[in-house]
Amino acid sequence: MQAERFYYDNKIVKSFGYATMFWGVIGMLAGLYAAIQLYAPGTSMNMAATTFGRVRPVHTNAIIFAFVGNCIFTGVYYSLQRLCKARMFSDKLSWIHFWGWQLIIVAAALTLFLGYTSGKEYAELEWPIDIAITLIWVIFGINMFGTLVKRREKHIYVAVWFYIATWVTVALLHIVNSFALPVSFMKSYSWYAGVQDALVQWWYGHNAVAFFLTTPILGLMYYFLPKAANRPVYSYRLSIIHFWALIFIYIWAGPHHLLYTSLPDWAQSLGTVFSIMLIAPSWGGMLNGLFTLRGAWDKVREDPVLKFFVVAVTCYGMATFEGPMMSLKNVNAIAHFSDWVIAHVHIGGLGWNGFMAFGMLYYLVPKMWGTSLYSKKLATNHFWLGTIGIVIYAVPLYWAGFTQAQMWKTFTEEGQLKFQFLETVTHIIPMYVSRSIGGGLYLVGALMMVYNLYKTIAKGSFIANEAAEAAPIVKEHSAVREYWHRWIEKKPMTMLVFSLIVVAIGGAIEIIPTFLVKSNVPTISSVKPYTPLELQGRDIYVREGCYTCHSQMVRPFRDEVARYGEYSKAGEFVYDHPFQWGSKRTGPDLARLGGKYPHSWHYNHMLDPRIMSPGSIMPAYPWLLDARIDTTSTASKIRAMQKLGVPYPEGYDQVANRDLMEQAAQIAENLKGDKIETPKDAEIVALIAYLQRLGTDIKAQPKEETAQAQQ
Amino acid sequence: MSVIIILLIASISVASLFLGAYIWSVKTGQYEDEYSPPLRILFDDKPTESVNEISHQYPKQDN
Repeated sequence: MQAERFYYDNKIVKSFGYATMFWGVIGMLAGLYAAIQLYAPGTSMNMAATTFGRVRPVHTNAIIFAFVGNCIFTGVYYSLQRLCKARMFSDKLSWIHFWGWQLIIVAAALTLFLGYTSGKEYAELEWPIDIAITLIWVIFGINMFGTLVKRREKHIYVAVWFYIATWVTVALLHIVNSFALPVSFMKSYSWYAGVQDALVQWWYGHNAVAFFLTTPILGLMYYFLPKAANRPVYSYRLSIIHFWALIFIYIWAGPHHLLYTSLPDWAQSLGTVFSIMLIAPSWGGMLNGLFTLRGAWDKVREDPVLKFFVVAVTCYGMATFEGPMMSLKNVNAIAHFSDWVIAHVHIGGLGWNGFMAFGMLYYLVPKMWGTSLYSKKLATNHFWLGTIGIVIYAVPLYWAGFTQAQMWKTFTEEGQLKFQFLETVTHIIPMYVSRSIGGGLYLVGALMMVYNLYKTIAKGSFIANEAAEAAPIVKEHSAVREYWHRWIEKKPMTMLVFSLIVVAIGGAIEIIPTFLVKSNVPTISSVKPYTPLELQGRDIYVREGCYTCHSQMVRPFRDEVARYGEYSKAGEFVYDHPFQWGSKRTGPDLARLGGKYPHSWHYNHMLDPRIMSPGSIMPAYPWLLDARIDTTSTASKIRAMQKLGVPYPEGYDQVANRDLMEQAAQIAENLKGDKIETPKDAEIVALIAYLQRLGTDIKAQPKEETAQAQQ
Repeated sequence: MSVIIILLIASISVASLFLGAYIWSVKTGQYEDEYSPPLRILFDDKPTESVNEISHQYPKQDN
């Protein structure tokens, strides 16, 4: 067959590459800022947008979706074309994808700073942006599958399988976890509540790690590492086996984020078992990558690209061993809520994702500009700075994690808890300082890369459309299709089963939510919906990102029960849209906070935490004292909750504000008794109402359905 | 906890999709040859007259 001349689109790769670098620096800056705030809370400068609770999601979203996201697209658009021996299906779609994604990122940054958040980790973006993400992802999919259809290479290389699996699974995860009922343009409530929400969230959350941070990058590894080393993959068979094993096993590991919580035991065990099984396919990838360099280690000595890839793949191996270890319940009992988790995340993030991105960019830029890297020495220095940065980041956090976990669990001989929570915080401040130095070094390295690549681009000339030649697949292609059809036609039972599954999915998706909503019958009869004032307060709690430092899940351990009170029961969270169990205890758990302190304590604590807790690292929230509750939103919020199955009485939305004001007046009156003057509709009043409600239901007497009497 | 049904349906449907894809790939002989794919990616498909276009004047359609 006659070879055809065609052109690879490098322009789109260039744009995604620029975006990767730009957002990478921004994301790292946000991370550095957040890290510094942990020992210098004053750097939030008393502003809402710059508190840790707002900055942290900006950091995570910028790194995951903006930095790694654009990195994925850079690598996929470059490698997919060459592996398919075809230009991208549609240039137009490529550009819609590019600009759409960048617009989404900008919208994300703005809205997150302003406090528009769903309160669910790595899924904070509100519903209009979620819809935009879905649209752009579909466009990416059309472009990707369209390119596959018109490919001139029959064999689908393993990297492309990884891209396919990524696309399919991310689409599913995003849609299922983003089910929410909008209340207004930028506010919605999670469709799920409490335990259900927790399970969906971490099914999503772990699979975001699996199918956004791992599988696409493994795909990139399988293309760029062999190319950079000019060696074939060590074992192609292994790559195929571990690919299929990985994608089947990963989905079930989610519950390891919920060990010793109110999630049912069998679900927890399932997560643990699958997490352990995951070691094998993950290490298949690591070993394959490293062994590919057999006989080429002298190249690693010379080439910064390979240095980055080696450390990246090694960190991948470390993180995918550590993760399963942390999924063992006995290890998890120590690690959960501690800084060990953060250390683990950043071995993967800085080591695997970051270094794969850097290696890929150092490989791609000289190639696409037809020149050599400006300075190999500078790139090598970046490599060492980054590697040292990772170590200085992670080791202090391991220390901090072990230290705080130990201190939390230490009893005196008399059987009292030895350390106040605040002591466990102040004790590890030096670790937080070290960690920010590590992150700072890593960022400096990245800036060195930006400079190096800028100088490389300046001395090269860009190849916008790279000429290539290959013969098309013609007859074979349709023969394949016929064969498949013939195959499935020969198996009517298989066809029937598959069709039933497809139909059942559609039906179930419509039916099940209804059942779910109706089945939200409280299992603890004394657990009642939040009052309107408490609901407003809860939304403030979500807006300020309090869950990024405070958990709401007392585990059934002696030290936790001693410190916080009765361990948390699943039935207590049935009306929590979204759940706010949290993942980290930078500050103490709040699940049983209700009634522990007088209202005035909370007032002063929000004004400036150091008034009530000297040495605290919590930022101040003075604007809560001046801002007013948006009572115009109360009715629509109540109606939304009713739709989600929360049993407010019929028509309650019309009178909710009356109850809100009544409860607020009582709180204001109480504060007056402690010499604090506040308008009764100040946001702080709502927040106090919510905080004072936390964990009190299980001790409550059976109540009427109207507003709860406050102390 | 009844949300587990949604998650199971979602996960199993994706898993069956993947299973179907796996069966398809084996049946259509994707894995008959495990030796050439890793080597093939190492070669560039440069055209025989090796001139790379630098401007954006390229044929709109690739044939």
